[in-house]
Amino acid sequence: MDTLTRRRFLLTSGVIGAGALAAGAGAYSLRDLLDTTGDRDPQSRTLVLVTLYGGNDGLNTVIPDGDPAYRAARPELAYPDGEVRRLDDGFGLNPALAGLHQRWSGGGLAIVRGVGYPKPDRSHFRSMDIWHTAQPDRPGNTGWLGRWLDRAGGDPRLAVSFEPALPPLLAGAQSAGAAMPVTDRKAAKGLPAETLGAFAAAEAGESAARRRAAACFADLRSVDEMIRQVRDSADPDTADPDGEQAPATATGGARTPLDAQLDLVAQCVEAGVSTRVFSVSLGGFDTHADELQLQAVLLGQLDRALTGFADRMSRTEAGRKVVVAVYSEFGRRVRANASDGTDHGTASDVLLLGAGVRGGWHGAPPSLTDLDDGDLKYTTDFRDVYATLLERVLDTDPGPILADWRGRVDKLF
Amino acid sequence: MSDREAVAHLLRRATFGPTADEVDAAERAGPAATLDRVLAASRADRGAAATPIPALPPDPYAELTKDSTREQRQQANAERRKQLQQVTEWWLDRMVAAEDGPTEKLLFFWHGHWATSAQKVKSARLMVGQLETLRRHGRGPLGPLVAAMVRDPALIVWLDGQKNTRKAPNENLARELMELFTLGIGAYSEADVKAGARALTGWVVDRRTGAARFEARRHDPGEKSILGHSGRFDAEAYAGLLAAQPAAATFVAGRLWFRYAGTDTPAPDGLAGADTIATLRAIFSAPAFAQTRGTLVKQPVEWLVGALRQLGIRPSALPEQQRRQLLTGLNALDQVPLRPPSVGGWPAGAAWLTTSSLQARLRTAGVLAAATAPAVLARLAAAPTAGRPDALARVLVVDGWGPRTRAALAPLADEPRKLLAAGLVSPEYTVS
Repeated sequence: MDTLTRRRFLLTSGVIGAGALAAGAGAYSLRDLLDTTGDRDPQSRTLVLVTLYGGNDGLNTVIPDGDPAYRAARPELAYPDGEVRRLDDGFGLNPALAGLHQRWSGGGLAIVRGVGYPKPDRSHFRSMDIWHTAQPDRPGNTGWLGRWLDRAGGDPRLAVSFEPALPPLLAGAQSAGAAMPVTDRKAAKGLPAETLGAFAAAEAGESAARRRAAACFADLRSVDEMIRQVRDSADPDTADPDGEQAPATATGGARTPLDAQLDLVAQCVEAGVSTRVFSVSLGGFDTHADELQLQAVLLGQLDRALTGFADRMSRTEAGRKVVVAVYSEFGRRVRANASDGTDHGTASDVLLLGAGVRGGWHGAPPSLTDLDDGDLKYTTDFRDVYATLLERVLDTDPGPILADWRGRVDKLF
Repeated sequence: MSDREAVAHLLRRATFGPTADEVDAAERAGPAATLDRVLAASRADRGAAATPIPALPPDPYAELTKDSTREQRQQANAERRKQLQQVTEWWLDRMVAAEDGPTEKLLFFWHGHWATSAQKVKSARLMVGQLETLRRHGRGPLGPLVAAMVRDPALIVWLDGQKNTRKAPNENLARELMELFTLGIGAYSEADVKAGARALTGWVVDRRTGAARFEARRHDPGEKSILGHSGRFDAEAYAGLLAAQPAAATFVAGRLWFRYAGTDTPAPDGLAGADTIATLRAIFSAPAFAQTRGTLVKQPVEWLVGALRQLGIRPSALPEQQRRQLLTGLNALDQVPLRPPSVGGWPAGAAWLTTSSLQARLRTAGVLAAATAPAVLARLAAAPTAGRPDALARVLVVDGWGPRTRAALAPLADEPRKLLAAGLVSPEYTVS
């Protein structure tokens, strides 16, 4: 997925209607969000959903290094014994996941293995649509959290994405979550601030689209302000990652967009905003070739972003009510391909951490030898995970949202 | 609406963006003659002739074998990316250079309709081949277009047509063919998808030559029932059946309306004509079309190509760094030609209006203003200071600025490049 960024998925017209986008995307600013401070039940939990776009290789994330079939299937792509971060006799974490490994040791990381759905679809788009909609038979045009939002009253600020466009999972039938993009942290240059300010004015008699175009100037201003605030309040030792310390591996220590997204989530959580669901993402996991290095870089970014966020969250009352769930649209083939990569697969792991999450293993590990056309057979339906999150994090009956789905992940909380 | 406003509205929609001179000529000719000219078959086009499709060397992948080394594969991949980059830059340049704007715009419509991405196809030759097919059949009736597209190598690769065999049917192509390309969702059943997939079996793409080829032993010649018709459908017969459905004509007319008239006003009934040109005539002539003025959010490619034409910038004449910046801008705006986000094509309407897209537009507008032809700048500078916003409206073919935008532009009147950049990001220009 060299140029296919996560954003491209977000615009799949199959799932999300223009109407929902118009209702939610960019129509809210961070200031609107902060205005909701104090509106929530202080006991309620917050869900942060992390989507890894491109199909993260689950077998090289949670590595079944105790199984001889693992090395047999991908001789060039398997991590040697000594490098894997040991979880138990059979499994270890990718070497890049140092922070998460530490969390596992402290009982703070839950791993649900073999999560998938029947008749796996190996198209990124379709499979991501399926995960977004929770409708494997035929993805419709509402997302599972969008349907939750519909039932929760429809205020877009309840479900927020810090992405350029609204992810389909936040599109409801009557409502849509708010998209508050974080792109460049620099304010746009070139035109004077007065010009941009002047464009922000509404004008009577204008079409809805022109009104929206003008409103973008207002949104941009408040997003810029908020981002500056976030930067200003950041720890001094993490504030300038691009200085002399920048390591040789280009993406090594730099703050990633996922960091930036989670920074804003943290800021909002600490401010006590009414948002119950945040959607963030990291792209680039489509490692058909030269996978080891590529995936390690991405997992390193994920690890730093997640553990930094989790540490920060553990320091406040509001933060300790946050649950993070990480998933990708599918895992990858058991067997490596000819380009030291893996092709689109099926079942994979869902990682969870945060408030009340019971660390350790959940779900059964899929067999590496009893395969479905070269791919893992799923052992846990992804709707079990969703239903559990709806019930335990969002305090909602999953029935109406997940077509009366009955399955749950036992003892996850 | 004055005649000038009417022809400007038509040309803004039918092309990527007319220049002031083109609107002058259209105004002299009048609305009726302008519509005829917009819909007339391609005439000799010096701009297109000057931007021929680049001659591409053979697909570097064709040389690879099972024994190729990793380095060879990587090199082939790099070469493929280079070819795609070359073709993308060529197409952008062609859109700007062509005199026959409606033809180029229609091609872009079909590209977004049969949304096929180089992301998966990876071969520049296949992508260019598909564009040629769309160009050849895009003006005509639906039948030949659909028949050609079910055998289009890029589409077959994109939707896994070659994995669709009699033993293991793959429904990807058949489903999208009905859902997205011809009938629209709801006009067929799951059984039709399965039967349609069987009809399409047997077509494979030769990696070496890039040609689509029919392999009889992979084809399922059996009896199929599709949309209530029974027969031994093959790809061509299936395509013919789909194209002949009244639902197909209506669906495609609706998609044309969606892109040319916008998402706000529902398509009026009875737009579907015998061929694309007849449908476009019905769209442009519909009273509702005139009412959509000022409501259509320009797609990023429309915004950029229109601006390049109006500002007298030829991408191919720019230094490489600026050329790159234009593509970077399109990438940031989420619309790079040959790379639609999914088979569903690009979004429309307010989806393009986010704070991040505004930032990208601001940056790209700066690049455009810096590269603007001296003659265009001179035209702005020739106006007295107070009249420059109006001169800008003429250059950008905007009917006029509202008080809000006037207030934003007036302080920049003495800085023509900033004035241009501001005009390009204004709501009046972004939403046509």
